[in-house]
Amino acid sequence: MRGADRSKNTQNLDKRVCMTNCPTLIVTVGLPARGKTYISKKLTRYLNWIDVPTKEFNVGQYRRECVKIYKSFEFFRPDNEEGLKIRKQCALAALNDVRQFLTDEGGQVAVFDATNTTRERRETILRFAEQNGFKVFFVESVCEDPDVIAENIVQVKLGSPDYTHCNTEEAVADFMKRIKCYENSYQPLDEELDRDLSFIKIIDVGRRYLVNRVQDHIQSRIVYYLMNIHITPRSIYLCRHGESDLNIKGRIGGDSGLSARGKEFAKSLGQFIQSQNIHDLKVWTSQMKRTIQTAEAVGVPYEQWKALNEIDAGVCEELTYEEIQQRYPLEFALRDQDKYRYRYPKGESYEDLVQRLEPVIMELERQENVLVICHQAVMRCLLAYFLDKTAEELPYLKCPLHTVLKLTPMAYGCKVESVCLNVDAVNTHRDRPSNIDVSRLPEEALLTVPDHH
Amino acid sequence: DRLKFTNCPTMIVMVGLPARGKTYISKKLTRYLNWIGVPTQVFNLGQYRREVVQTYKNYEFFRPDNEEAMKIRRSCASNALKDIANYFTKEQGQVAVFDATNTTRERRGAIISFAKEKGYKVFFIESVCDDPEIIEANIMQVKLSSPDYENYDKEEALVDFLKRIDCYKMSYVPLDEEKDRHLSFIKIFNVGSRYLVNRVQDHIQSRIVYYLMNIHVTPRSIYLSRHGESELNLLGRIGGDTGLSSQGQKYAKALAEFIRGQSIKDLKVWTSHMKRTIQTAEALGVPYEQWKALNEIDAGVCEEMTYEEIQATHPEEFALRDQDKYRYRYPKGESYEDLVHRLEPVIMELERQENVLVICHQAVMRCLLAYFLDKSADDLPYLKCPLHTVLKLTPLAYGCKVESFYLNIQAVNTHRDRPTNVNVARKPEEALQTVPEHL
Repeated sequence: MRGADRSKNTQNLDKRVCMTNCPTLIVTVGLPARGKTYISKKLTRYLNWIDVPTKEFNVGQYRRECVKIYKSFEFFRPDNEEGLKIRKQCALAALNDVRQFLTDEGGQVAVFDATNTTRERRETILRFAEQNGFKVFFVESVCEDPDVIAENIVQVKLGSPDYTHCNTEEAVADFMKRIKCYENSYQPLDEELDRDLSFIKIIDVGRRYLVNRVQDHIQSRIVYYLMNIHITPRSIYLCRHGESDLNIKGRIGGDSGLSARGKEFAKSLGQFIQSQNIHDLKVWTSQMKRTIQTAEAVGVPYEQWKALNEIDAGVCEELTYEEIQQRYPLEFALRDQDKYRYRYPKGESYEDLVQRLEPVIMELERQENVLVICHQAVMRCLLAYFLDKTAEELPYLKCPLHTVLKLTPMAYGCKVESVCLNVDAVNTHRDRPSNIDVSRLPEEALLTVPDHH
Repeated sequence: DRLKFTNCPTMIVMVGLPARGKTYISKKLTRYLNWIGVPTQVFNLGQYRREVVQTYKNYEFFRPDNEEAMKIRRSCASNALKDIANYFTKEQGQVAVFDATNTTRERRGAIISFAKEKGYKVFFIESVCDDPEIIEANIMQVKLSSPDYENYDKEEALVDFLKRIDCYKMSYVPLDEEKDRHLSFIKIFNVGSRYLVNRVQDHIQSRIVYYLMNIHVTPRSIYLSRHGESELNLLGRIGGDTGLSSQGQKYAKALAEFIRGQSIKDLKVWTSHMKRTIQTAEALGVPYEQWKALNEIDAGVCEEMTYEEIQATHPEEFALRDQDKYRYRYPKGESYEDLVHRLEPVIMELERQENVLVICHQAVMRCLLAYFLDKSADDLPYLKCPLHTVLKLTPLAYGCKVESFYLNIQAVNTHRDRPTNVNVARKPEEALQTVPEHL
């Protein structure tokens, strides 16, 4: 049976290009408030989204668990013997967890997020990696711009558990003294002395990069990603096309035009965008009629991406869920069992979608203000990237018609504002039904299908 | 109307002493950019000089105190810049690669002023190398065969060229992290062991940097082959996902023998997700990786049809395809242009890798071959990629050596040439004139 074949060979069939043969340890380097944690979290999010199991290990968190209450910068003084002992222990505890993640838990990349400012500390890590057969790639952030550092502190340090009991001035003063504690012993990665190491030095938030000895594919992708991200404030607007004729009929896929309500949405979208007064907005659509028609009403130039086309439902294109249940009940059940990896016969899976959307994400990172007018499955994939959703959650994210999501990067994550433009539309969201067994009854399969004509 | 790579023309300016790989990088980068759809052209100053100074005598031409020669060289640079302006304004070029030493700050300043005046972006690519072995290998590979040294013997040529390099060394001012911090550039050290990247301005520069950081010069070969003959091939049907015919299975075995015979070090094998390439790889008995991106072009509504059926059911589409086979997209399917777009990550990874055997499909193989052999969008869809034939590509000098191995297993011909009449009003016979035979 086809289904049985799939489950037996799924591993093989979905075996993509091997990103890396042995686990990789990414080691951040840099003084406090240089964006190491920002980079660690963002990179981890990206790697997980492209299906490379990655986890970050923040030594500061280990320290907070050990030293329950943070008193002051004095903990970080280089002559504080007790402090140094605790900090070293924390680093080793973190490395131990790294080893477990990479060796026992199927992790492929671990991001070791700490200052790692001395050559001695880095040597320890290199020895650890060598013993365990991990590749090491250093990511150093160097920045002397006082404005950037100050902004950093305001955005992420003041809200740290360390400073819950301080007012703003006190916290800033203490943190600046904390940075001073590291400055004297800071040995940046050196072109000459460290020429045998693999690393990227990010200077002044990306103005300049020094890249040394990229060893393999995953390091090359990491470098490319790091060189494309920026921290200029901006917002990304995500929405679907206006309601389409096929939407009304409860049919999936296809390439129909907008319904009357869809056209109304397009107009409202145009008005909404105008009212937002967005500086230099780029508008992107797919190459399908319904997104293009929606963009047309916004009245600004737009670019079409084939990569933004809706998921290809293959043999199920333009069918209703009732028809799918009738003609392909087995496929329908298999999809409910693993909606992320399930591939429609002659079509695509969400997993395939993520792969084809990667260049879109990369370009979104490069850009500033962008409005992406796309489709339900596509929007779920993009949203999952920005909001760090798992492969299990992704295919069930709620992306209703006629609603714009405004994503604004903030601190270590993303602020989401949902704007419903008050134009009625059908609901196209089908939840996972309780019974996903292939022997289930039709009614059980169709339990969660939304209403339609 | 895809993503616009760049809003204004970009000048890529090479920087570096002779024999540092500037022309190699210029040509390779140009080939890549054209393949991904960015009209790009190289402007090699040495060629301009050769046109003016018909016969090269010796290195003395390049001595910094040779006033007459300096005048000629400056005039050549000026002409090259004029041609670049022309390429952008009259020929819709988007990227121009100015391939010259550009080793002085003065020369680079002149280029920057020129670009500023015209509204072009500038991105510098500097190649810095101190390894005498690499430099000598460079000279052996590409300089000795230069028109300049037609009448020299090998040793004399080497000696003269090294003196030529010396002429530049005195006045060479490399791009500087501090002094040139406002410029956009990448400095490549020792053939890629280290890179310094400064002020990447836009998407195309970011893609260029990524590409440059992935290419290497380690000798290796890339083997391209289609799957063995399939059941649908025999029936003259396009697309689908069938298994191998008996001849196809014979081919798979022959391929395994051939590969063993080549004694390739550390060979990677890649296939698509379709049965026929996987079955072909299985016979090799080595691990292989599957890429969905290597799947055959999606013929949409025409999947699994014969050409006769396509003519009968979609005569207009059939004609439109013959009119512009590269850009034509099957209804609910893909175009060659789409294929190139989805193959780009495959090409990038092929650049990173060393010895690779890619078992793929006719349209896919045409796209990959076009990249390696610098074929235009017009030629690409008609490249001959017959079944049961392995192409071995080995980078050599500025290009690629191609060796073709027909493994002597009979197979149908699946190559349909462009018919004479591509008009929508043509007769069925005219449309089907070039269809190869099938069952």
